[in-house]
Formats: sequence, structure tokens, C-alpha cells
Amino acid sequence: MSVAPADDAPRAPLSQRVQSVRPQQVPGTLGATVTVTVDGQNLPVPLGTTILEAARQLGIRIPTLCYHEDLCVAGVCRICVVEVEGQATLQAACAYPITAPLVIQPHSRKVRRARRHILDLMLAEHYGDCYACFRNGNCELQSLAKEYGVDEFRFGHVTAPRYPVDRSSYAVVRDMNKCILCRRCVRTCIDLQEVGVLEAVGRGDRTRIATFLDKPLGEVVCINCGQCINRCPTGALRANDPTDEVWNAIDHPTRHVVIQTAPSPRAAIGECFGCEPGTALTFQLNTALRQCGFDRVFDTNFTADLTIIEEGTELLLRLRQALQDKQPVALPLFTSCSPGWVKYLEHFYPEMIPHLSSAKSPQQMFGAVIKTYYARMHDLDPAQIVTVALMPCSAKKFECNRPEMCSSGYKDIDYGLTTRELAQMIQEAGIHLPDLTPSDFDDPFGTATGSGVIFGATGGVMEAAIRSVIELVCGVRIESIFEHADVLPVRGFEGVKYAELDLPAIGPVPPLLAGLFTDWSWLAGARLKVGVCHGTANAHKVLEDIKAGGPFSQCHFIEFMACPGGCLGGGGQPIPTSPAIRAARARAIYAEDTAYEVRKSHENPAIARLYGEFFKDGPGSPLCHELLHTHYTPRGKYIV
Amino acid sequence: MSVSIRTPLTFRDVPPGVGLEAALALKRPAVIATLRAADLRGRGGAGFPTATKWNLAAAAQSKTKYVVCNADEGEPGTFKDRVILNHFPDLVLDGMLIGGYAIGARKGLIYLRGEYTYLRAPLEGILARRRQERRLGRAILGKKGFDFDIEIRMGAGAYVCGEETALIESLEGQRGEPRNRPPFPVDTGFQDQPTIVNNVETLAWVACIFAKGADWFRALGTAKSRGLKIFSVTGDCERPGIYEYPMGLTVGELMQRVGGEGAKAVQIGGAAGRCVPAALFDRTIAFEDIPTGGSIIVFGPQRDMLQVAKNFMEFFVEESCGQCTPCRAGTRKLLGGLELLENGRCSIEYLSELCRLGESISLASKCGLGQSSPKAFLSIIRHFRDELLGRPAPATS
Repeated sequence: MSVAPADDAPRAPLSQRVQSVRPQQVPGTLGATVTVTVDGQNLPVPLGTTILEAARQLGIRIPTLCYHEDLCVAGVCRICVVEVEGQATLQAACAYPITAPLVIQPHSRKVRRARRHILDLMLAEHYGDCYACFRNGNCELQSLAKEYGVDEFRFGHVTAPRYPVDRSSYAVVRDMNKCILCRRCVRTCIDLQEVGVLEAVGRGDRTRIATFLDKPLGEVVCINCGQCINRCPTGALRANDPTDEVWNAIDHPTRHVVIQTAPSPRAAIGECFGCEPGTALTFQLNTALRQCGFDRVFDTNFTADLTIIEEGTELLLRLRQALQDKQPVALPLFTSCSPGWVKYLEHFYPEMIPHLSSAKSPQQMFGAVIKTYYARMHDLDPAQIVTVALMPCSAKKFECNRPEMCSSGYKDIDYGLTTRELAQMIQEAGIHLPDLTPSDFDDPFGTATGSGVIFGATGGVMEAAIRSVIELVCGVRIESIFEHADVLPVRGFEGVKYAELDLPAIGPVPPLLAGLFTDWSWLAGARLKVGVCHGTANAHKVLEDIKAGGPFSQCHFIEFMACPGGCLGGGGQPIPTSPAIRAARARAIYAEDTAYEVRKSHENPAIARLYGEFFKDGPGSPLCHELLHTHYTPRGKYIV
Repeated sequence: MSVSIRTPLTFRDVPPGVGLEAALALKRPAVIATLRAADLRGRGGAGFPTATKWNLAAAAQSKTKYVVCNADEGEPGTFKDRVILNHFPDLVLDGMLIGGYAIGARKGLIYLRGEYTYLRAPLEGILARRRQERRLGRAILGKKGFDFDIEIRMGAGAYVCGEETALIESLEGQRGEPRNRPPFPVDTGFQDQPTIVNNVETLAWVACIFAKGADWFRALGTAKSRGLKIFSVTGDCERPGIYEYPMGLTVGELMQRVGGEGAKAVQIGGAAGRCVPAALFDRTIAFEDIPTGGSIIVFGPQRDMLQVAKNFMEFFVEESCGQCTPCRAGTRKLLGGLELLENGRCSIEYLSELCRLGESISLASKCGLGQSSPKAFLSIIRHFRDELLGRPAPATS
């Protein structure tokens, strides 16, 4: 018997999903403002602004816990309560829209006492000791306890765990003993990502956050995106941490430990060392990794370039089938580099799997190349090679453990490390990352292009693909169409983007693709239609549009990223996250792209060398398919 | 389930349909004006002026609006809505229709308490009969443009679903948890549309007001609590049952009439209400003094008030929706304090801290349930401190 899981429809009522009622949404009140007085300071605010937003504008701190900038309002922790003159009870500042002049006391005696009581109650429910917790020093509950001077457990403290820790998932570990029921994870899963794996069950003090029928997380429709981890205020959610295994491999006398670093962690890891968001430490990180004992440090961008070639070739093959051969073919082609997105599609739209590019993600391609080409080149036994990937992602942990990801005879990638976990390793090795002298990646896979770097931001894969496809097909320089090769129409944080692009000319088939194509005449006059979206809630919109025959069904190629903002907002990135933090990381990534001499994947000399020496039959060849491509599993959303 | 009805009930004198016909003869604003003149306040316990609620919903800009009858009578000690739905369902339905007419709604929902499932079939029968009589459906009573139908939805036994926004969540098929207010249901209610949620008794009084006139209702009760009220009386008294009295009756008067003269305390307003000791029996039952949704529980001299308090706190620990911290975790701590008292192990200092915690729970909880959850605890501690303190610790073996 199979039973339906929690449906994936958003749960929060519309009024709470929209955090504040903006003036234009209230008919007849366009531009209306109202004056709020917080702690004696007056501020005119647009109608519908919350008390919290108003206080922040005035620079007045109101503590929050269940509130999160990315999420709909819950108003459940009550730590942000304030006194509103004329009201008998305290009001939650995060959830109270201002629609009339209000006088607010944010720190009155009543308020301070209530907040302290609330904190005491949370601490009474929260099991665990701060020094035995990975969020020590970065825990919102701990900070609040400090802010309010908690020096005893006035209402007691849980002294023994009540729930077993769920380690069933490759990606996410749930320790509900540390949960304070703020429900950020629930809102992340249902409203932000529209997946709906987590929900509150039980009532009163038996309330807890649970999966469908209390199934282990590894058995439900969790897509491993880890967005819940990034938004958990405590240590109740964390990634499945393979740090010990990685140290074991490093310390092993005969293992050859290779690490690849993805662009997003490099733009964010500084945050774990006190740097401002947007501080890229790419080359300092290389030094740190060598000091930690990794034998080789490579750049994931190399296989990002390889992915562009393989996926771009696949796109061209599908387009030829559609345009020249007039054969039915699954278009638009969907990108496959975000493993959270891939699992989302497998669960919720298994019938659309043919649209998914068969190209492996850059992480997995890297592993496959290391354990074949690289091993042969350096006369290494692949069994002795341990491949580690530094990723901004928790889903990469699941991806590297997919049973199909070992076509070389060895696991492509042995361990996926998140940004947070690697920062911990670096700290443990006594290294202060920002102080290090920069050093380069190791050859030959250290050679990468700017196209690989921008994979980290939403729209980046599409931009990289456009740069290469245009040049390979049209024989013109991309700079002649987009200044500085910046394909601005696919950049930016809008949830869903759509762009059309005329092919300016038809050029000769470049040698790299000569084995597959004789000419591009069938592409003459074609208009390339592409889509970009990030966050699975937006993916949901795009997929429904395709099913309904909307504009996205006419696209040729669509980039999907499971996480809001793309990889730079991944579930393995430093905590906290917010739109401003993600924007700062994006700026760092695009700055790095600009700094590259070579900014187009097909111009990467190391890629040319790889095809010349190893994948001799060119992109899309049988060997490429064996090592660089994969297949998918229709999972469905019904749990057996 | 026989309940003794101990006083004559006005509802018996008001034939079905009379109020409805009178209301439909008025223009919509005049309907609300009549209610305002009667000064009817909500009979579920909160006492919000019905005309104000309806006026807000009538003014809300939306094509779709809803009328919800709150029949989730879950307050311990109250059963008057059950009696009304059993004996006078047409008055309640008339009240819903008048509400629909006043605010411009075409759809009504009755949220019926899960334990009242046996009432569903007879109510469905009445709805069917009324559709035949054109007292439901299209062009009600021949009035063009006034279409209204009613659907019954069942609750599933959660006390919190009597809170109007939790009720709406439950109606929408979601976990019954209160929403943030504002926005209020009159603006953003069922399916985010303007919605009025009224108690069964309130709606029945609406029908009576239009049948008998606003002046009749206004003349009864006190200046701030007009009209009549139905009480459900239980506990240590000679004549438990249903009573109808004007608002403003003193607790002592009520005790005389129900045969509870020797009572040492009365819980007024159910678990969410407060415990009134005999010394305060001259206080009045009215919104401006001691409000109630109708639940009156009498405690005789033999009752252990510690057990009474414990019973109420156990109820809240069980029935808190678990959403907000003060109510979910706080009620558990208050109950823990009572358990300590029971074993003679609660220090005065800790008891004082728990009383302050109770005040914080009242102030900081998200909904009315949480805000009222410590009231019984606090009032019993205040009035029966000597009885509660100094219990011997159980002998250790």
C-alpha cells in the first residue's frame, strides 16, 4: 500500500506569506503613510509595515527568533513581543502590520520580563550543552541567552535526550532534542521550497516537527537542499558531516587525497572566519588546504567548463533532432548540476525526467576524470585515490552516494564537504584562513575559466552555456553581442527569468564538434529561448507552465537551481543566510569571473587537452557517456 | 443526552423565520444599525460587539465573503450551544442568513464540534427542508439577489479550534492553529476572504433581536452588557442545567437559583475563565466585570482547590496548540508547580516566579487560548493560597 505524502501546496495563509501589506496592495491607499512612535522616536512608514521593520529602520533592536527574512511570518516564538499603547496584551513585532498610528514600547518592564520568561521556557525545552554543539558560537538561542543575561535554568532544563537522532539521510541530520519549535524549517520546506517534508505534529507540549508518518528523513521526499539547516536557529538541523573520514584519509600513509573546490564556498567561507559576506578567499583557501594535508587542490570550475561542453553538445544534438530531423525530442533541456533540483524532479515530476540533461554535475565529472585520466597520467592506483569535494551544498552528499555514480569502477566522489565543515577542519588545523598567502590551484585541472566560476550564481550555467554556444555555432565573439561577455539578461535574483536570443550568424563547425556535426545550416535564423529559475518553488512554477503549454514550454534550455540564489545560497553555506548576504556572495563571484583571462568554457586549454588526450572521440562520445553522463530514477512522491 | 432546562427560554417564544423576514425587509446598512442599537456583544465569551464585526466585514472590498457559525463548543462546562442547536436550530440559521445579508456573503459554514457529530444528520435535514422552503439557496424568501447556502463542516476535537482563526485554518483543511491578528477575519478570513465568525448563541440572539426589536434587547442587562444570556451550570449545586438570565446577575444570585449557596468557589467562563471565591459572590456576571461564554462550574466546600487548579492546567497542557512558546511550554511549567505544591515541595519563591510567568503567558501568548490559560491558575493561587500551601510531603518509604 502506498500513501500520499503531505501535499506540496504552500500552507501559510496568504496574509502571512506576504510579510507586509504594501500600500499599492490596499486599494485607495497608494502611497499612504502612517506615523509610528517607537521608544519615543517618530517615523512615517508605508501602511502595512510591520513594527519590526519600523524599529529596524530606526535602528532599534528587537530580538527575533522564529522570524526570518526569507520566510513567511509565523509569530510563534513570541520573543519579539512589544507593548503597543492601548492594547491589553503584548504584540509580536514581526507579525504586526501598522495600519494606524501606534505608540510602541519595545523594551518596557513587561516586555523585558516576558522575553526573559520566553527564553527561560525555550531553554527548559532545549536539550544539550553549548560546548557539545556544532552551532556553539553561532546559535541564535545562545546569543539571546547572553543578550538577556540568562545565568540559570529558572524553569529547569532537559537533562536527557527525548528523541533519537535521525541520521538516515545522506545530507541532513535531525536532532529534535535541540528543536525549539520556531518552525523555520517547516516554513522553509513548505513555503520557500514548496517541498513539504516537515510539519508540526502533536499538540501542546507534545508538539514536535516530524516527517510524514515519522518516516526517516532518508525515506521521504526530502530533496536534500539543506535550506532548513541554513535557517535553523539552533543545532537541531545539520549536514551529515564526513570530516572524520576525510581526516582519516589525509592521515592515511598511502591514500592520495584530492580536493576540488567549487566557486560558491570560496566566496563564502570567509564568513566563518569573521570576514564580511562577499569576501572571496579562493587562493588563500588553496594554501589552507595544502596545509591541512590535501595532496592536490583542484578547481571544480574545470569540470564546470567540461559540463558546459557536454551539456551544450547535448543541447545542440537535441536541437538538431527537433529542427533538422523533425523528430520528437524532449525539449526544453533541463540542467542537471543541482542535485537538489534533480531529486525534486525525480519525486514531483518523474514524467519529465527525459528533459533532464544526462550530463553529470561538475562535482561528479571531476571525480570520474580524477579516477581515470588523472590516475593514468600520474600512474596512481584509483583505489588509493580519495576524492573530496568542497561544495556549498548538502545535496551533493546524496549525489556522490548515488549508486550510479561509479562508472569508472570507483566512487566518483568519496566525500562531499560543506563550506561549514571545511571551515571547521581549517580551524582545527590551527589556520586563520584570511591571513594566508594566496597560492594557485594544482595543474592540470587548476586551469579554469570565468564561465565555471559563475556556476555559483543563479543564471550562471545559462550564461556560461550562452557564451560557448554562441561562439561555437555563430563563429562570432560573444563580446560583439554582450559587452564584456556579460550576458545580463540571465543575471539577477528574480525567481524566474526568460530570455530570447537571436543567433547573429552561422559559422563553421569547430574542430571540437566536427565528429558530430557537419554544418549549422539547420540553426540559421533560429531564436534561442532560455529560462532560468532558482528555488524549487520557482521550479514548480516553471514546470507547471511547461505542462500548461506556457512560454517556458517553448524554451530550448532552462537552468534550474534548487536553492534560492543558486549555489551561493546552498544548504552547505555559512549560517546565517539572507538576501543581502547572498547578493554579496554573488558580487564576489561575478568579480572573480571578470578577473579571469579566459572566460569561455570552450577556450579552456586544459579542456582541449582532455579531449585531445583522453576523450579522443570528442564530446558526447561513448567514453564521455560512460564516464561523464548518468541516468535518473523516477521516484514519485508516494511513500511506500 | 437530556439536559434540564431550568428557566423559560426566549428562544421558545420566537418562531423561526420571523426575525429573518424582518431583517430582509430592511436595507443592508439598517440591519447593522439595528444590531448596533441592540448593542449585542458576542456570546462566545469575548464579548466583541457584533455590529462592529459585521460592519467591518460589510465594508471590506471583496466579492466573496463568508459567514461562519462557531459551533465548536469546547469550553469545559458549557453545553448551551448544543441545546440551542438541538431545540432552536432555525434561529441560528436565521441569524447566519441575516449576517450573510448584512455583509453581502453568499455562503455560510457551520463548524460543528466533533463530539456533536450526532447533531449533523438532523441539521442536514433542516438545511434540506429550508432549501425547499426557499429559506436557503437562491433568492431567499423571494428576495432577488440574495442567495445564501450553508454547509456543515466537522471539527475533530481540538479545543483551540474554537478560537476563530484556528477554526478558519481547520476549515481550510489545515492544522488548527491560530493565525496572527491583525489581519482579522473580517478582512482576511476563510480562504483569505472577509469572514464573520459568530457563536451559535450570538446568531440565535440576532434572530430574536429582529423578531422582537432592538429596544426589547437593549432594555435588558446592564449598560455595557445588554440583553439576555444562556448559562450552562454544572458542579456542586442542586439544580444543574440551562438557565437564561439578563446579563448583570451577581454570582450570589445565580448560586441561589441553582441551589449552590454553600459553594466555596465558582469557575466562571470555563477553563479559560476565572475562579471566583465565595467572598466575591457579589460581583456581577457581565463583560465589564466577570465575562463568560456561559460556563458556570460550582465548587462545593469539600473540593480541593489544588486539584481544581491542576485539572484546569492539565486541560491547557493537553489543549494548547503547541505553536507559541509561552502557552506550549509555560502551561506545562504551571502544572509542574501545582504538582510541586501537591507534594509540599514548592517554595514560596518559585510559586511567585510561576505567578509572574503566568502573567507573561497572559501577555505574550499568540491567541486567546494562551492568554487565558493561566487565569484559573492565577485566580486560585490568589484566592486559595492558604489552602494550597503547606501540604505535607508524601512519606518516603
